[in-house]
Amino acid sequence: MTTETKKWELRLYIAGHTEKSVTALNNLRRYCEEHLKGQYKIEVIDLLRKPQLAEGDQILATPTLVRKVPEPIRKIIGDLSNEEKVLVGLNIIPA
Amino acid sequence: MKTNNSTKQKKENKKLSELQKTPTGISGLDDVTGGGLPAGRPTLVCGEAGSGKTMMSIEFIVRGAMQFNEPGVIMTFEEHGDELAVNVASLGFDLKKLQADKKIKMDYVHISRAEIRETGEYDLDGLFIRLGHAIDSIKAKRVVLDTIENLFGGLDNEGILRAELRRLFTWLKEKGVTAIITGERGDGKLTRYGLEEYVSDCVILLDHRVVNQISTRRMRIVKYRGSLHGTNEYPFLIDAEGIAVLPVTSLKLDKAVTSERISSGIPSIDEMLGGKGFFRGSSILVSGTAGTGKTSIAANFADGVCSNKERCLFFAFEEPPHQIMRNMRSINVDLNKHVKAGFLKFFAARPTLYGLEMHLVAIHKEILNFKPSVVVIDPITNFISIGTLGEVKNMLVRLIDFLQNEQITVLFTALALNDIANDQADESISSLVDTWLQIKDIEANGERNRGMYVMKSRGMKHSNQVREFVISDNGLELIDVYVGPDGILTGSAREAQMVQEETGAAIHNYALSRKDREIMRKRQVLESKIASLNSEFESVEEELNKVYEEEELRKQILNKNRETIQTIRRGSDKEDEPKNKKR
Repeated sequence: MTTETKKWELRLYIAGHTEKSVTALNNLRRYCEEHLKGQYKIEVIDLLRKPQLAEGDQILATPTLVRKVPEPIRKIIGDLSNEEKVLVGLNIIPA
Repeated sequence: MKTNNSTKQKKENKKLSELQKTPTGISGLDDVTGGGLPAGRPTLVCGEAGSGKTMMSIEFIVRGAMQFNEPGVIMTFEEHGDELAVNVASLGFDLKKLQADKKIKMDYVHISRAEIRETGEYDLDGLFIRLGHAIDSIKAKRVVLDTIENLFGGLDNEGILRAELRRLFTWLKEKGVTAIITGERGDGKLTRYGLEEYVSDCVILLDHRVVNQISTRRMRIVKYRGSLHGTNEYPFLIDAEGIAVLPVTSLKLDKAVTSERISSGIPSIDEMLGGKGFFRGSSILVSGTAGTGKTSIAANFADGVCSNKERCLFFAFEEPPHQIMRNMRSINVDLNKHVKAGFLKFFAARPTLYGLEMHLVAIHKEILNFKPSVVVIDPITNFISIGTLGEVKNMLVRLIDFLQNEQITVLFTALALNDIANDQADESISSLVDTWLQIKDIEANGERNRGMYVMKSRGMKHSNQVREFVISDNGLELIDVYVGPDGILTGSAREAQMVQEETGAAIHNYALSRKDREIMRKRQVLESKIASLNSEFESVEEELNKVYEEEELRKQILNKNRETIQTIRRGSDKEDEPKNKKR
């Protein structure tokens, strides 16, 4: 991952490598490559390893995608299988 | 998982042992539940908004941390941790300090529909992990989820949510923590989202009712698997020290009794009660119409008790304490010094301040805190203004029950108006009390006086007489009423009668002394008469003696003459001899 600040900073919270988290990550990568090529950064946090991080971003469900930048913070929960919902949710395309 | 295994093993070891319970530390709740909440299982606390769910659950955690050394996790879905800390600070719970000491961990779960989009499959592992982390980090034994139903407001997929909640409660059991889950009351259901389906071990329902503009909080244990529990609605109170639940009706009737006596503080009343006063631990009712001195009797009793270095708790529902103290000073009863010495405590409240049950809870709390040997309630009849007769009676039954269990002597005063409703109040209470003193107005000759008698006094000899009850600067006194030819005399009529009797006695005395003097005089007269008769007798006697002597003399002379003549005839010279012999 690059150190320079990207226009899009995304964080994906997962709980272990479950089917859902793998699907979510794959979906996310695909959407980003399609729509935000070169402008994004994805950080994956496994809560099983770092449970203390769940509180900070108010994580309840897994997988949860958090858009840290640009503000305001947006959250999308689920395996991100619905592309349109994800893009609208991340405000990549207008609703 | 480890905790679960150990509890399982324990259960196997003592197969017949009862359900393990976790004491809540909330006063009264542990009595009602027979020891606390089911250990290692979730309990559902439900009720309407403002019914005290959060308060109860927080107190459960705080008391656990402070009294039972069981750390606890508070996961709140409603209030921010800081807000919560401020809210419960009024109860003296310092959440911040407890958190710093690692006794409590708080986690505020914020869900906002505006921020969250859902797409596809998900689970609530995030929540599990957060909770699990919180539990493990302080080795928590207790958990509160307040109010987990808020998840339904934040997440759309109810199917997932329900499945996850079911999993959550199972998981909590596996963790071996004793949990409280709160839930908002729903229409026709215990909770809006049917949480009771998942939490089936113990369900507590809180209620907040307003009747006649007076609110009462009540709680009921809807179910408690594997344990005996009180099934009634129990009133509870949230005050400066947290929640207090009142187990209102004791299940048993096996009170210990004593034949020890306790003085009423008024010697003449003691005298009416077999000379020793009331039984310790008994209940005494003093009833009378307005202004008959009920409070004065109560104050005297309190004074007597405190003078014996025993504690007395005085519930004043009519007058503020200072007024009572001032008024009692006028009859030479100084309550102030007892208050200062810590033997007497006043508790004043307007009856309308809160509902009957609340009063009962408040009274209980005060009594348990102060541990008095005597309780005075002045007056009980004021409660009629906030409840029906039946309710008041009910409350008193419970109160007397409780006091007798604690071996506390209680004195109630009751105002008896000459109106039917209140007469009934008297009657309904009378069957509960052991000793009943009644003060009645005796109206005659344009004045009103007080007559007192013992209506009943269980288990002791007592006077059947009406006494006049006099309140003076020196205190209270009972005077035998004067039963004269015209009936009972009291007040100034009695005084007048007494004066009259005194006069009569004086006159009688005077008459007596006059008669005495007359007799003296008669005796003197008679004595002088006797003296004169004596002297008369003497003179008569003298007369008689004189005659005698003359006769004798004459005889002698005759004899002498005869002798002389004989001598002369014989011519002898022996003249004196016969004369000497005769003499």
